[in-house]
Amino acid sequence: MLEGLNAIQLRENIRSGKIQSRQAAEYALKRIEKLNPSIGAYLNVFADKAMEQARAIDAKVAAGKPVGLLAGVPIAVKDNICYTEGTTTCGSKILANFRPPYNAHVVEKLLAADAVILGKTNLDEFAMGSSTENSGLQKTVNPWDKSRVPGGSSGGSAAAMAAGLCFAALGSDTGGSIRQPASFCGIVGLKPTYGRVSRYGLVAYGSSLDQIGPLTTCVEDAAMMLQVIAGHDQRDSTSVDNQTAPVTDYLSQVEKPIDGLKIAIVPELIDKAEASVRNAVRAALELYKKLGATLVEVQMPHFDYSIAAYYVIATAEASSNLARYDGCHYGYRSPNAHDYIEVYSKSRAEGFGAEVKRRIMLGTFALSSGYYDAYYLKALKVRNLIRRDFTNAFAKADCLMMPVAPSTAFKFGEKMDDPLQMYLADVYTLAVNLAGVPGISIPCGFDDKKLPIGLQIIGPAFSEDKLLRIGRMFESKTNYHRQKPTLQE
Amino acid sequence: MSQNINRQQVEKVAHLSRLDLTEQELELFSGQLSAIVEYIQKLNELKTDDVEPLAHCLPIHNVFRQDTVRPSLNVEKALENAPDRVDDFFKVPQILEESGA
Amino acid sequence: MAAKVDYKLIVGLEIHVHLATKSKMFCGCELVYGGSPNSRVCPVCVGMPGSLPVMNKQAYEFAVLTATALNCQIARLTKWDRKNYYYPDLPKNYQITQYDLPLSHDGFIEIPLEDGTIKRVGIIRAHLEEDAGKNTHELGNFSAVDLNRAGAPLLEIVTAPDMNSAIEVRLMSQELQRIVRYLGVSEADMQKGHMRFEPNVNLHIYKKGQTYKTPICEIKNLNSFRAIERSVTYEVQRQLEEFLETGKTMQMGNKRTYGWDDVHQVTVLQREKEESHDYRYFPEPDLVPVELNDIWLEQIKSRLGELPLQKQQRFIGQYGLSHYDAAVLTADKATAQYFEAVVQAGADAKRACNLITQTGQKLANQNNTTVDKLGISPQNMAKLAQMTDKGQISTSAAAQIMAAIVGKDTNPEQIAKAENLLQTSDAGAIEALVNQVLAENADAVKEIVSKGKKAQKAVGFLMGQIIQKSKGQANPKIVSEILNRKLAQLPGQS
Repeated sequence: MLEGLNAIQLRENIRSGKIQSRQAAEYALKRIEKLNPSIGAYLNVFADKAMEQARAIDAKVAAGKPVGLLAGVPIAVKDNICYTEGTTTCGSKILANFRPPYNAHVVEKLLAADAVILGKTNLDEFAMGSSTENSGLQKTVNPWDKSRVPGGSSGGSAAAMAAGLCFAALGSDTGGSIRQPASFCGIVGLKPTYGRVSRYGLVAYGSSLDQIGPLTTCVEDAAMMLQVIAGHDQRDSTSVDNQTAPVTDYLSQVEKPIDGLKIAIVPELIDKAEASVRNAVRAALELYKKLGATLVEVQMPHFDYSIAAYYVIATAEASSNLARYDGCHYGYRSPNAHDYIEVYSKSRAEGFGAEVKRRIMLGTFALSSGYYDAYYLKALKVRNLIRRDFTNAFAKADCLMMPVAPSTAFKFGEKMDDPLQMYLADVYTLAVNLAGVPGISIPCGFDDKKLPIGLQIIGPAFSEDKLLRIGRMFESKTNYHRQKPTLQE
Repeated sequence: MSQNINRQQVEKVAHLSRLDLTEQELELFSGQLSAIVEYIQKLNELKTDDVEPLAHCLPIHNVFRQDTVRPSLNVEKALENAPDRVDDFFKVPQILEESGA
Repeated sequence: MAAKVDYKLIVGLEIHVHLATKSKMFCGCELVYGGSPNSRVCPVCVGMPGSLPVMNKQAYEFAVLTATALNCQIARLTKWDRKNYYYPDLPKNYQITQYDLPLSHDGFIEIPLEDGTIKRVGIIRAHLEEDAGKNTHELGNFSAVDLNRAGAPLLEIVTAPDMNSAIEVRLMSQELQRIVRYLGVSEADMQKGHMRFEPNVNLHIYKKGQTYKTPICEIKNLNSFRAIERSVTYEVQRQLEEFLETGKTMQMGNKRTYGWDDVHQVTVLQREKEESHDYRYFPEPDLVPVELNDIWLEQIKSRLGELPLQKQQRFIGQYGLSHYDAAVLTADKATAQYFEAVVQAGADAKRACNLITQTGQKLANQNNTTVDKLGISPQNMAKLAQMTDKGQISTSAAAQIMAAIVGKDTNPEQIAKAENLLQTSDAGAIEALVNQVLAENADAVKEIVSKGKKAQKAVGFLMGQIIQKSKGQANPKIVSEILNRKLAQLPGQS
């Protein structure tokens, strides 16, 4: 009965008493027990706590009390989001035993909406990576093909969704970390506008780029999740207030298509992707045309520079954000440290993985004396140019469409030897974070190896309501999102 | 703008980042970082003399809190994750020099 | 001792002021002095993963108020930056501060010198930042870190190198303390670490038509105004001697840091050749800029009130007080306001000043408080002043009465009556007594007549007799006047 239900359907069934929350939780936990060992999506599962939460919701329903928007829905949370249950590791040895004394704002919202939190999912260490191969703790595979990566950095959440190990999940996106794994795993992934969702409790990587967002089976579920987590939080100074950008009712509008939809495309960008991706995206654009949309060709002359700009800005911020991991107040302390300088340098050297070290050093370099103007300041200026490109595109169209990634899920180890190659694959997603605008990835096809392909829809700031409607237009006419990988169950 | 990052610079940066790298790591990272830094030179292709740097994407200013006291963490919670402690203090090996401030 | 060398002392000050907000700069933890370790911390000020700062509005307003009092330009747009360095009392291993767009710059402060002249010292900038925690080293071969202070709001003020004597440095420091206390933005208690002063000292030495600049030395660990003055004085000698010995001059990067050793009264080198810390400043992404519009700035400025030097100068003009007296009265605002209330209640300014600054201050010290908090209403203090002026009580009686009414605010007339302290200045009554005593003490009178001015002892004796006869109530001044007049009238007296 539970199989095939999306989050909203499940919620409705629980609200009406047709299904019990504890049934849904048990179902998910059983699947996790069976499948997580081979998929590695979850780092930590809170079976007892989840059942306790589920029972409490069942009691509310039985008593006729009102229940929240996520009533009884079992959800997975990326392990760089603080939860007082268990540890919050960020996929790193340096925080392997860290127990936050507080909940992230989004976790508070989930709990207030009566969600059931099943556990924390794997990620590239400190969200730095595009394959989850950089996790210092565990390996996560793509449920569609276990020899391939699930994408990153929210690979654990994406894999959990694809394998049906939860009904919805939260991830974080700094340069594509929700959208790309969603694309690789055949699910929906939404990165909200910068400032739409509070970052309080999200372990910082690139502070001016990070956003938390949902990974779901379908667009409707993404709308519901966004409804729950969006909104002002006075604990986050970069969280936009309700006057500047009120939270609209995403869910109630999502079925309404956009009349006279204008879609901006940059043909040269689409051409950069491999054939299967190009074809799937172009086919999707054709479908939109059939639904009444017009395509508008635009130029985004600075788009190509987003990789360089991103890897300066994100790493600069990261180098500072990760300075706190020093073995003094929390986290791993090296047993080989003999003086206070070694407490820092050995704890960090032993606790951090290679990619994290590389990015910290790159960022430190970009900020250091003599290089600041040429690197960091320059990158901030290019960022401005990139944002202008988006502004110009949105003057001509309702949204921008392009691939999410140049390829489908690649094989393990394929890009690990050359970090630059890994970075170059982020070409479609980074610019969106630099400009601070929202982007969603929806399943739009498969390649000849039956690997999922995502379509990226990007909109102006705070246009999530429109993006969801636009995504729903396509989804309502296709079945890609309903397809699931075959798993040995 | 320097074209590259050499081994010496990598060592300096590793020290600034408080990372005690092994010889292999220094070798490996020098090469990798060099390639990345070289790629980043791409930014030089763009003329940006009249462009303002964009540090914040948000059109907001003046975010404050009122000067009201809120409950602090219980001291046990505050120290729960401390790698080492003495009484109610965080304990670190002796600091011999003055701070960097 | 260095030979007479022609030089000029150049000092600039860097001051850190702890602002008296209730909560910290970026979180709601309470600011308390001496709380048990790590009892006032939260995820934000411990720098836990995922925590974020939110600016304290009061701290910003206090800072703008202070910068206005220092005649600074107030930035209409100001922003936050990160200063990156590693230290165990700095939980995030970066400090949130202001680098290139501080909230204020280019002001000046006028300091009253002891001779009454005014010296102007430039203020280069004043900005906000957060304080670090505290390391305790004395517990063994480890350091213990307390983060209660981490995140406290600090106003950093940097002066221009305009001070040219150790005294000026001390006076400048004291004036700054006076100003921030007047504004109510800081308790500014040096013992509690509310104000930290770091003089940057060097000399311009003139030799054979050339000017040689010695390397700049920064002095830390100064816990009192006395230490400030003494350390600068010491540095002058030390730098002179060093120059004469080594000829070392100021160069890029050879600024040194010295700590003041209060026990041995010397400066001790802490850091040779300031390895230029690469702080890698960059805009703080977690905080948005502050935009100050006219309305808000006016609101803040309206809280300025009369500044201490203004008040001090007004007191000289309005009340005819000496420079010294005006300085003492305006040392703290509450005392100054109390003084004015006492004058308002009818006291003569000079008398009120004496009462307040002498006995009043003594009693305040004894009771560990300030004159305005002795519990003596301005009305009663004024009464005390008037009674003294009218000769109803002697000055020593006034002191006695003041002591008696501390905390009770009893009417001084009551106490004077009860303690028998009322003097009579009734000339007629006194004259009668004088006549009586003269009549009763013929021998003494004879002595005075014969010895004349040399008979001081006898005069004193007669004075004593008269006072005694009056049961201590005769105004000694009047007695003396009348007695001496009468003695002068005696035959043989001139």
